[in-house]
Amino acid sequence: MKFTREILINTVLAALLLAMPFAALAMDEPFYVTLATRMAILALAAVGLNLALGLGGLVSFGHAAFFGIGGYAAGILSTHALNMQPLLTWPFEIESSEQMLVAWFVAVAVSGPVALAIGAISLRTSGVYFIMITLAFAQMIYYFAISWPAYGGEDGLSIAMRGTFPGVNTAVPLSFFLICYGVLMVALLLFACVRASRFGAALQAARQNETRLAAVGIGPFPVRLVAFVISAMVAALAGSLYADLNRFASPSMLSWQMSGELIVLIILGGTGRLFGPVAGAMLFVLIESVLGGLTERWQLFLGLILLGVVLFARGGLIGLVAGKSRHG
Amino acid sequence: MAEPVLSIRELRKNFGALKATDNVSLDLKPGEIHALIGPNGAGKTTLIHQISGSIRQDSGAIEFLGEDVGGLGMAARARKGLGRSFQISSLAPEFSALRNVMLAQQAAQGSSFRFFRPVMRDRSLTDPAMSMLERVGLAGRARLPAAELSHGERRKLEIAIALALGPKAFLFDEPMAGMGPEGAKDLTGFLDGLRREAPILLVEHDMDAVFALADRISVLVYGRVIATGSVDEIRRDPEVRRAYLGEHT
Amino acid sequence: MSSALLIEQILNGLQFGVMLFLMAAGLTLIFGVMGLINLAHGSFYMVGAFACAAVAAATGSFWLGLAASLAAAAAAGAIVELLVVRRLYDRDHLDQVLATFALILIFSEGTRWLFGSFPLYLDIPPVLSGAVDLPGGARYQLYRLAIIGVGILVAVGLYLLISKTRLGMQIRAGQSDREMIGALGVDIRTLYTVVFALGAALAGLAGALVGALQSVQVGMGEPVLILAFVVIVIGGIGSIKGALVGAILVGLVDTLGRFLLPKAFALAMGASQGATVGAALASMLIYIVMALILAFRPQGLFAANS
Repeated sequence: MKFTREILINTVLAALLLAMPFAALAMDEPFYVTLATRMAILALAAVGLNLALGLGGLVSFGHAAFFGIGGYAAGILSTHALNMQPLLTWPFEIESSEQMLVAWFVAVAVSGPVALAIGAISLRTSGVYFIMITLAFAQMIYYFAISWPAYGGEDGLSIAMRGTFPGVNTAVPLSFFLICYGVLMVALLLFACVRASRFGAALQAARQNETRLAAVGIGPFPVRLVAFVISAMVAALAGSLYADLNRFASPSMLSWQMSGELIVLIILGGTGRLFGPVAGAMLFVLIESVLGGLTERWQLFLGLILLGVVLFARGGLIGLVAGKSRHG
Repeated sequence: MAEPVLSIRELRKNFGALKATDNVSLDLKPGEIHALIGPNGAGKTTLIHQISGSIRQDSGAIEFLGEDVGGLGMAARARKGLGRSFQISSLAPEFSALRNVMLAQQAAQGSSFRFFRPVMRDRSLTDPAMSMLERVGLAGRARLPAAELSHGERRKLEIAIALALGPKAFLFDEPMAGMGPEGAKDLTGFLDGLRREAPILLVEHDMDAVFALADRISVLVYGRVIATGSVDEIRRDPEVRRAYLGEHT
Repeated sequence: MSSALLIEQILNGLQFGVMLFLMAAGLTLIFGVMGLINLAHGSFYMVGAFACAAVAAATGSFWLGLAASLAAAAAAGAIVELLVVRRLYDRDHLDQVLATFALILIFSEGTRWLFGSFPLYLDIPPVLSGAVDLPGGARYQLYRLAIIGVGILVAVGLYLLISKTRLGMQIRAGQSDREMIGALGVDIRTLYTVVFALGAALAGLAGALVGALQSVQVGMGEPVLILAFVVIVIGGIGSIKGALVGAILVGLVDTLGRFLLPKAFALAMGASQGATVGAALASMLIYIVMALILAFRPQGLFAANS
């Protein structure tokens, strides 16, 4: 593989994110460890969305649904484990668990079928319809969560104890960061694999020219559906980590703002780029904490920055630094 | 006589009051080039769309290799072996010429649901795709994004993609369009050899090419086939001369 | 369950539907003519509500407030169109989504800056306060009836505007063929600004009218916006008729679902559990209806550009 400027930037970004919590601890600023963890988790969610949006051109404005499902998976498991209740009693009994790996599994196992159902309906349409329908379905799940009192309703669900991980004390912020960072790196590796694979070729062709894809005998619908489902599962995994980070599964994880923010992360970083979501998440959390420290009205300035990026800098951050992307 | 590869029976398609395809029947036999000619707006492209499956006919049957494919989608018909080129080049613009052909190669090999092996290191994709590009004379442009190819090169790439599918029949919609006299001559020679691999249903405005290549010609006017026959028969046909060739002289 | 209660709920559903129609009409018009998806449409709803509440509080007149809401929302729409939106017509939907998402952030924080974080309250004008007797012994809030009346007037007005006036002819031409109206010598840029401002004014009107029923606060527009999306997805994007039918359908299904489902489930499953399940299901009902309609008609009930 050629050593391009983009690879250099990616390496720098990965190193920067990894170095941040260590530097924070060295300077006795533990708050920045949390910030770095937030970056890693949001980047993970955005890597998931990038699969659908960046590679497949599927502008899902509903990925908060999957992010939130992951969050509630962690929250519900933790609640049941705390109360020593089984997770399910019918049709068969499933014990609850405080294991983080179980929460991840549940997040992925629940979000997959939900994404399959939402995708199967939404992907019958395209363009603006797809945007509005994914937004609507996410809103449906949001309203379901706040109207279902067993798991907190509008108040959300607190997590008394962060999930456990074999051999790691997850209550230590740095350890938890390293878990999140590790998952993010694995997700990036998978993204790179998928992008280069036959499936990735078909998915990207579906975005560029779906007639061409069909004319060679590959139906665009199943390709897009599979991408949508994988994308949702990665977002759910991120959601489960996010709830563990905050020790709280909040309905706001399911909100339309969250869906919007995930798209914004990708665009800030650069659509379809491997490290676009990482750059975007780092930039976003940085803007949030720096501007948020200066003014309560930081979202106003975020809006202006975003408007500027959309109108004038369409390649995002990595596009600005690395130049136009090239494919095979 | 050999069974036709592709056989269209009493196909009809209306757009509102316009009869775009009006009771069209024609067939494509093994080894032949069957040219479809007609004035602009005669419904040639609409007919190709129905055969390839991007438009659904109102009534009538499309049989391909003895099987009714009239209810199948475009991708399913392509998998059965209908290789198609587009009137206006339709490529994946960001992909290189090579990757455009590789996409067809991967489709021809079967499942696209393989997630791990990088396509660019997969010789079973790159090698045959490269040889297709060589056949159409695009090997030197393999790494260029399709969007940066010239018009004529894109037409050739369309054909390379159709070749990579290893189809049982070709549908070519105006492959010569915009090629220039030199390019059209080259392509004529190329298509002449291609008919040995699979028969070609050829929509073409370039009459020199049609008369040089076609085993049979069907003339489409206002959605109807007004004549089918050999080159000489069509040249002599008074109705064709009046309805069609007359416009050009 | 008395029939009077049911009639009241049906009227509530109609009133809700009418309000959704005011939102959806503008959205679908803007999409039909300019091909733009506008997430910031909910912001105009909010702008209308705040303008009405602020002016009504300053002058003591709801009616001046209502006029102010129309003017403020139309002006906000025109400014947004001139400064931002007209750069987006040639862009893909992703760019439109992002830029208008950015506009939501700007509008919401801007409004919070101007008016603070506390909700404003808007009183129902005295002329329209009180209730009226309906046949069958039901009594119904006069103000809500008035909203239904306004909705009918707007629907008729839009119909006349689009079918009978020169502007309407241009709008219809724009929906069917964008290049054509340029060739006809219509000033497209002005037409687009006018259509956008008209859509914004309708949203502002809806915000002001609803502002007297609920509190006026930042973020009030987006939930309504998403429901308006459901409406136009059901009705078919670009179709005013679809927006009307979809809005009434969503208004009725949502209101009656919230009223009837908890009762129905309470009968089947016992009071407390049934009410919970019914309420949760009711909150998802319109989305389920949307999914069902899409499963059979992916382009909506009245597809405009199929």
